[in-house]
Amino acid sequence: MRVKQLRLIVTFQTTTAAMAMEKVCAERGVPGRLIPVPREITAGCGMAWSAPPDARDAVEKAAREAGIDTDGWHELMV
Amino acid sequence: MIYLDNAATTLRKPPQVIEAVVQAMNALGNASRGTHAVSLDASRTVYQARVKLAQLFGCRRPDHVVFTCNATEALNIAICGTIEPGRHVITTDLEHNSVLRPLYRLQAERQVELSFVAADRRGNIDYADFDKLIRPGTQAIVCTHASNLTGNMVDVARVGQIAKKHGLLFIVDASQTAGSTPIDMEAMNIDILCFTGHKALMGPQGTGGLCIREGVKIRPWKVGGTGVQTYSRTQPEQLPALLEAGTLNGHGIAGLAAAVDYINSVGLDAIQAKERFLTRRFLDGVSQIEGVTVYGDFTTEQHAPIVALNIHGYDSGEAADELAETYGIATRPGAHCAPRMHQALGTTELGAVRFSFGWFNETEEVDAAVRAVKELAVCG
Repeated sequence: MRVKQLRLIVTFQTTTAAMAMEKVCAERGVPGRLIPVPREITAGCGMAWSAPPDARDAVEKAAREAGIDTDGWHELMV
Repeated sequence: MIYLDNAATTLRKPPQVIEAVVQAMNALGNASRGTHAVSLDASRTVYQARVKLAQLFGCRRPDHVVFTCNATEALNIAICGTIEPGRHVITTDLEHNSVLRPLYRLQAERQVELSFVAADRRGNIDYADFDKLIRPGTQAIVCTHASNLTGNMVDVARVGQIAKKHGLLFIVDASQTAGSTPIDMEAMNIDILCFTGHKALMGPQGTGGLCIREGVKIRPWKVGGTGVQTYSRTQPEQLPALLEAGTLNGHGIAGLAAAVDYINSVGLDAIQAKERFLTRRFLDGVSQIEGVTVYGDFTTEQHAPIVALNIHGYDSGEAADELAETYGIATRPGAHCAPRMHQALGTTELGAVRFSFGWFNETEEVDAAVRAVKELAVCG
């Protein structure tokens, strides 16, 4: 298994919201990718946005400005 | 064969649509069912299709574009998921059975009361009738954007204003217009727009959906797997998952997205202009033929690319069969799932032969159809 790293994990209630997050982050060059929701947390949608913790401001800004409904914001070793 | 039955389904599809479906069948997993590459690709494809359709129809939120297998399913979801027992609904004589039967069912099972805006012998409605029919208890107006029999269009922006003024839910059946006529559900005050993917949108059969204005609540008629909120005993409350239980037609939706791209590349105005040109050319050709009765009102440009007619007193099925067998021209005879429209036109006995035109039809095909009608009228 890969070595765990601290990551920002954003969860969603629907796949559509996760897709919107991926799209807006790609458009803005905000780092991260979709991963299965880690078992330490629960979320409606099985997809989560995983990004470096130092990208938090950029991810938050992207989500806010695109009107994306997020479920939870976490920092976890994954 | 000369295919003039585009109101039933468009036969010719842009090659990009076919390629997109084939590619999807080779490469897509199940949307919203995981984060491995091919599932994500499916989710992305479906999401992009929502974005494109939302833009095409003026729906503010891509997540309020819900996919169904056709317009009938969309209309059933919209009508049965919103109309409350004992309430009153206004609709029109122009409607297809995909609107009428869900309403009749609610009338029988939920004591919903119905009023119909009547069509005259030319298939026109009087817009003042909507106001006249509104009463305490009226919840919604459900109407088509264009008759699938005459092609007469309903000014849905005008009806939308009436609905807005009275605080009524406004559901529109865009089966005959989506893809060939500009639609802006915000500007037109449409609360729920129901569309099919396989007609003027030129996508695959088995695709369709509804666009829902923000704040409109719909009860799901089917519940089940969505790939999200697994441990909840009830359906997710968020759109589109609320109304999309079960695996989507991802392959078809990929084709539909390619079809929207194609329409955008050609231009909706160009499509509408060509279809109107073909319709007018056919109309001008057949309306001068003795013994031919054309139905509908062509005094306005606002008309779907449809011309319905009868030749002398021939049964429409007989005439359409002759057109198909002798001339290789595909049309649609009979009742067209539009019982009240035929009653209004006085054509329940004969039915009517419907010619409907599409983007891929050419002038020569229209001229051949005019010649065939002329020969049938003379021979008759």
